[in-house]
Amino acid sequence: MTESPAVLEAVGLGRRYRRTWALSDCTLSIPQGRVVALVGPNGAGKSTLLRIAAGLTPPTTGSLSLFGTNALNPTPSLKSRVGFLDQERPLYSSFRVSEILHFGQSSNPSWNMTVAHEHLDRLNISLRSRVSKLSGGQQAQVALTVCLAKEPELLLLDEPAAALDPVAREDLLRLLMRQVADSGSSVVLSTHSLSDVAAICDYVVVLARSRVVLADDIEFVLESHRLISSLRGDAAVLPDGAISVDERNSARQTSALVRVELPLNEAGWKIEQPTLEEIVMAYLRAGIASPFEGDEVRFENWERP
Amino acid sequence: MASNDPTIRFRLDPGSGVSPYRQLVDQVREALVAGRLRPGDQLPAVREVVTQITINPNTVHRAYRELEYLGLTIPQRGLGTFIAAGAVDEAGDDQSNAAKRLRLLIDQMRAQGASDEEIRALVSNRLESEIDADS
Repeated sequence: MTESPAVLEAVGLGRRYRRTWALSDCTLSIPQGRVVALVGPNGAGKSTLLRIAAGLTPPTTGSLSLFGTNALNPTPSLKSRVGFLDQERPLYSSFRVSEILHFGQSSNPSWNMTVAHEHLDRLNISLRSRVSKLSGGQQAQVALTVCLAKEPELLLLDEPAAALDPVAREDLLRLLMRQVADSGSSVVLSTHSLSDVAAICDYVVVLARSRVVLADDIEFVLESHRLISSLRGDAAVLPDGAISVDERNSARQTSALVRVELPLNEAGWKIEQPTLEEIVMAYLRAGIASPFEGDEVRFENWERP
Repeated sequence: MASNDPTIRFRLDPGSGVSPYRQLVDQVREALVAGRLRPGDQLPAVREVVTQITINPNTVHRAYRELEYLGLTIPQRGLGTFIAAGAVDEAGDDQSNAAKRLRLLIDQMRAQGASDEEIRALVSNRLESEIDADS
């Protein structure tokens, strides 16, 4: 694959809170112009990674570069190339929308007011409305609009569509995709919705227990994984070229989600194409099953959309 | 300027398991075979598609590149992407010939006593291993 220089490059990145590692040994290279999905259970380190990348949380270990420039002590000009949307979407609730936009304009070196007005106009959000009077979906749109008006080359979005109804979510994702089409920005967004991932993302990063367990082009991920099953039970040997990601054995059947490194051509195996969701789930299960040092990491169940 | 009435409206079925870019390519092929798209018709610009459906623009670019590679479309610099002159034959011939051959095969297998279920399993297993051999 021909890749342009990495927009985000992390080497051995980690962040410890007292005795708990929220992110550990994160090595990752994200190519330019991609829409990257960051998926994983709560507490896997998604927000920590985004906050480190946005320059809001210093890492305990490792190095980070953005656009090929060391980003651990970002200069104002580097910061202006990055937009970050927090999970909480903090907006001053007593402000009017127009005041928020003017505040954004005065506090950012680059600011495209025309784009901001266009977005809000298309969504029928009045500039005179007070933030507190807007619906949750509209507040999310305003927060994203503020983020987009900076015209950042890299957008870091922490669960931008969480807690939105389906229509508001569709509007928000479409707004985001229009921006990508117009400006070619790179996007890294964390999400719990694998259907969003399939529709809008072209690169996936799976975090489990504070580590990266999968990071690749989604088309390639789909092409290089298969669900295989055999009626020969009791630990049948997997075919050549298949590397097990997640395996289930019973007395009567062996089934596994495998990464395929050579063409599979083994008689006696049923071979199927897994969905992206099945692949991600297999990596998460495998990540969860692996031996784990320390027991303080908050870990909740993976939320199905 | 592109006309306000798009020549094709794309849809995405997220539950199909077919990748979004493949779905776009298939929909153009289907529209050609059905006669809804004709040579010279213009495909919507990437930006228009992104306005119609929630999709990554990179995915639309990828689908358009594939259509061009298949000889179904011709990009014209600065103007857009147009259906190629021979596109209908290209998309239609492939499909009707393949359908004929497939029907012949099914008839033969039935004559040899295979059940529909067995034929289906055989075809889908074969297809999967072909896909693996290609990738």
